[in-house]
Amino acid sequence: MEAHTAAAIELKHIVKTFGSVVANQDICLTVNRGEILSILGENGSGKTTLMNIISGIYFPDAGQIFINGEEAVIRSPKDAFDYKIGMIHQHFKLVDVFSAAENIVLGFPEKDGFNIKRSAQRIKDISEQYGFDLDPMKKIYDMSVSEKQMVEIIKVLYRGADILILDEPTAVLTPQETQNLFAILRRMRDTGKAIVIITHKLHEVLSLSDRVSVLRKGEYIGTVQTAETSEAELTEMMVGKKISLNIDRSEPENPQDRLVVEHLNCVDRSGVKILNDVSFTARSGEILGIAGIAGSGQRELLESIAGLQSLQNGEILYHNPKTGAVENLRDKTPLQIRELGVRLSFVPEDRLGMGLVGNMDIVDNMMLRSYRSGKSAMLDRKAPRNLAERIIDQLDVVTPNANTPVRRLSGGNVQKVLVGREIASAPTVLMAAYPVRGLDINSSYLIYNLLNQQKEKGVAVVFVGEDLDVLLELCDRIMVISSGKITGVVDGRSATKEQVGLLMTKTEEGDSNA
Amino acid sequence: MHNNEKHKREPRFHIAKRDALVWWKAWLIRGCAVLTALVVSGIITVLLTGLNPIGVYATMIDGAFGTTRRIWSLFQNIAMLLCVGVAVTPAFKMRFWNIGAEGQVLVGGLATAACMILFSETLSTPVLFIVMIAASILAGMVWAVIPAFFRANWNTNETLFTLMMNYIAIQLVSFFTYQWSVPKGSGQIGVINRATKIGWLPAIGGHSYLLNILVVLALTVFMYFYLRHSKHGYEISVVGESENTARYIGINVKKVIIRTMLLSGAICGIAGLLLVSGTDHTITRDTVAGRGFTAIMVSWLAKFNPLYMILTSFLIVFLQKGAVEISTTFGLNDSFSDILTGIIIFFIIGSEFFINYAIKARTVQKGENA
Amino acid sequence: MLVTFIQRAVVQGIPLLLGSTGEIITEKSGNLNLGIPGIMYVGGISGVIGAFLYEQSLASPAAINPFLAVFIPLFCSILGSLLMGLIYAVLTVTLRANQNVTGLALTTFGVGFGNFFGGSLIKLAKSDMPSISLTATSNCFRQTLPFANDLGWFGKIFFSYSFLVYAAIIIALLASYVLNRTRIGLHLRAVGENPATADAAGINVSLYKYAATCVGSVVAGLGGLYYVMDYASGVWSNNGFGDRGWLAIALVIFAVWRPNVSILGSILFGGLFIVHNYIPNLSVSMQEIFKMLPYVVTIIVLVVISMRESRENQPPAHLGVSYFREER
Repeated sequence: MEAHTAAAIELKHIVKTFGSVVANQDICLTVNRGEILSILGENGSGKTTLMNIISGIYFPDAGQIFINGEEAVIRSPKDAFDYKIGMIHQHFKLVDVFSAAENIVLGFPEKDGFNIKRSAQRIKDISEQYGFDLDPMKKIYDMSVSEKQMVEIIKVLYRGADILILDEPTAVLTPQETQNLFAILRRMRDTGKAIVIITHKLHEVLSLSDRVSVLRKGEYIGTVQTAETSEAELTEMMVGKKISLNIDRSEPENPQDRLVVEHLNCVDRSGVKILNDVSFTARSGEILGIAGIAGSGQRELLESIAGLQSLQNGEILYHNPKTGAVENLRDKTPLQIRELGVRLSFVPEDRLGMGLVGNMDIVDNMMLRSYRSGKSAMLDRKAPRNLAERIIDQLDVVTPNANTPVRRLSGGNVQKVLVGREIASAPTVLMAAYPVRGLDINSSYLIYNLLNQQKEKGVAVVFVGEDLDVLLELCDRIMVISSGKITGVVDGRSATKEQVGLLMTKTEEGDSNA
Repeated sequence: MHNNEKHKREPRFHIAKRDALVWWKAWLIRGCAVLTALVVSGIITVLLTGLNPIGVYATMIDGAFGTTRRIWSLFQNIAMLLCVGVAVTPAFKMRFWNIGAEGQVLVGGLATAACMILFSETLSTPVLFIVMIAASILAGMVWAVIPAFFRANWNTNETLFTLMMNYIAIQLVSFFTYQWSVPKGSGQIGVINRATKIGWLPAIGGHSYLLNILVVLALTVFMYFYLRHSKHGYEISVVGESENTARYIGINVKKVIIRTMLLSGAICGIAGLLLVSGTDHTITRDTVAGRGFTAIMVSWLAKFNPLYMILTSFLIVFLQKGAVEISTTFGLNDSFSDILTGIIIFFIIGSEFFINYAIKARTVQKGENA
Repeated sequence: MLVTFIQRAVVQGIPLLLGSTGEIITEKSGNLNLGIPGIMYVGGISGVIGAFLYEQSLASPAAINPFLAVFIPLFCSILGSLLMGLIYAVLTVTLRANQNVTGLALTTFGVGFGNFFGGSLIKLAKSDMPSISLTATSNCFRQTLPFANDLGWFGKIFFSYSFLVYAAIIIALLASYVLNRTRIGLHLRAVGENPATADAAGINVSLYKYAATCVGSVVAGLGGLYYVMDYASGVWSNNGFGDRGWLAIALVIFAVWRPNVSILGSILFGGLFIVHNYIPNLSVSMQEIFKMLPYVVTIIVLVVISMRESRENQPPAHLGVSYFREER
């Protein structure tokens, strides 16, 4: 409680805006030495922006930063290094064609000159000290995700940072790797370092940190001692008010097999298995949830059904409700799938990079799916304009008009435009990847309702989510994927959170190296 | 400790991306850039020639508009530059950096010249024209589709590839100028069919350039509608903005790249036809005269809008004509025009920064530590 | 015959070597500078202007001071190319203009600048010389090692050149060393590969881009100077330098972005450039076909490296893209 040490970092009234978006509004925070502080917040709450300000990537519009009680001006990452601040980014900042050692010494002026062999030896020493298994001369493009994270962490250790910021470090790690990481972080704390970990996983917050600071929608909500708080209190701080989710869920009516996926296998560019013998069935009139740690193969699974991912083997069988015919969608392009009469809609995870074109207006984005219709070589903008107006009206899209580039809409409105368009084509299968990520509560509920409406219309809905509470309240069945393998399918009404959580981390013990 | 004023290292301003600037402000900035560039060009001219500033601009205007012949020549040059600009634009909209228009136009011209030389006695005039048009378009397409094919299939860097293709085209033309040179071995083809005028594009109403200008105008309007209102144009925009989105909605990216480059090459071929059959009636290594490169700037300055390109090509050709007049008057080298063109483009591309980015002063809030 | 061929190939290759070394340094920072041909013209003509004014100030050509005769053109050339590099850097790095457009404009400007002053210098300086022929200065530039002729073919191939030839090779080796063996090189490569990462690592991306572009321009400009002072014996003729600037850019690809490979590559290109002179009974028109060879070879290299899945020997990943930190 009492300030026995000088604060390592003290933030005062930090403001940062991007165009019209306020990412950080008047944030005040303190990080002490010898403690682990968690910064908790939902996606889009401004956690990462704030940490980027501390590490010199962004410069605040207003406010002050104090390091060890002295006001600091951090204009660049180099300034941050000078204050011994080290950041481990969620998206690795590594040069692919460089070796681990080259990446680690990058931008670090060692006093005894540049000698990559000597640096490699030092890296080996650090690796041994903390139990990392890393070849310093290995090229980044040959590395797995967890190896890349090791490089990032060693990079900071190599520089002797005493204030460490980790942005969602466990998202890509196995439970075992996570435990290793936590052990290291605790050891560092005990040697007097200040550690900030950004996360939205409550159990990690509770098991690791000494104090928790909560952000919500760019604003600072408060800080509590971990020992004195509970999951419920933190959730309330994070989401604003205590919410019982109360998502409506109707009983599926006359469910029939719509999409039967059998034995899908696929590898990524570097030959790593991403989908491992995946089989499941999506039925009409029900919502099938897909749960799993981020990056377990969810994206590849949906993309292979949508015709965007080449497969090693497996079948994707679509049962056409009108004709009763069964079509194999494997190795078909999105266009061929549509030409078969398969009404498959897909709300991808990357909204502005895949689902929509940011620089085009709403009308032109409406046309993405439908512009081919008609024999004319020219475009018909009338129907898309009407659709745009209707979606703006029905889904309360906040936009000056239908001719506004979607890039300028807020995240929730972007998603409404995307989901609205995908639903407008009267799909028989609707796949949505993280459709409420970054959305406020109201928008999220709007999306849940839309999915439920589709389900009631007899659409087979596939919902990839990250929030277990939502999955358990929204979905009829939940399929759990872990490292590209289906570890179980549970009933949405009877399953417990623990049950799903366990399945999400299963493969590691189950069948290891295949 | 609270109010220690330690602002000495704070950056006084920072740069942020603008959402969008009102259109008239954007054009005001561009206008100012052009004006500044003209003033700078004027100053440089005054320094080099000792002419008074008003005289500089008067001479330039005289060079561009002084006589009827000059006006025709001005519009002919605008049309040719515009034609190549129109040709490269669809590729640029697709973010395909085709800097090989020089070569594509040149092979189009070479094909035209070949037809004029080889078939002038064997084919009747209408058939010859059809063969010329087909040959020039085909040649331009072949030259454009080779780099497109490699880019589509192996992501081969198209900027460097198309650049190299230019020089292969130039050497090819050199080869044929020796093969067909008149008189033999002179390395020059000279005016083809000077007496018979076979294969020359006809003069309309006594104006030999009018047909060229009309063809280019038609192509410009066509390209505007093609890019803005056709399904192909829409696909080009989607591919240019995001290849991921294009895949997601089932656009065959490879097909679009190749189709667009075929179109681009075809129009380059037509430009070659207009230059050889409609203007020079001969072919040399310098027939295209750098238009393939200048057209890139024309297209880019016009934000890839074919209608704006009429303005930007006018601006550049006017400068060139004006500068040539100044150099002639003062017995200087006419490369002076390239210097002025360079300066004006530097200013305009520099001004885009102020349209796309805002420089914001940092608002320092003091005395808030209550 | 073969000895002469190799010797001529080296002489032909040196402007390309300097141009491509300069362009490699620039491209390693992520800047695709298509203004190199213009910069090489400016490098050449600036040296000519300096030498011209110096020779004009002399009472007689015999009074020439060898040191000044070399130093003045060299200094002017460096200054001219440096300014060109600065124009490119200000526009593309600070003002984030499109690199292709800026580079092409720079080439238009530079070639125009060269030809304009090449064609107008005499008139502007109110001199009575019939043409720009800087024989005295050129003789200073063309000093060769005295013992070269005593060593037969060996001396002719290795020691018969002027100092700029050796300088070019040393510069290429030095560039190779700096790029691959020093911290500056590591940082520069990081900037070209992944500027966001370099930025996060505390590297001043803009500074590196500026420095690489300016140093690259100066090196390339020396290629222009070498061409006019040594190869062309001090005689400036408009468009005489031709398309060597573009050939230098081709050589960058051929050398897969390695200055040391560029040394052999430039000699090979130089050889390809003149091989038609050494093939007996070649018609004039076929000579023109032979001049295509360097470009064809470059395209083949470009296609082969793009077809191979290898992650090595690729262009810098962020070549041609401006970097803006607050992008999101």
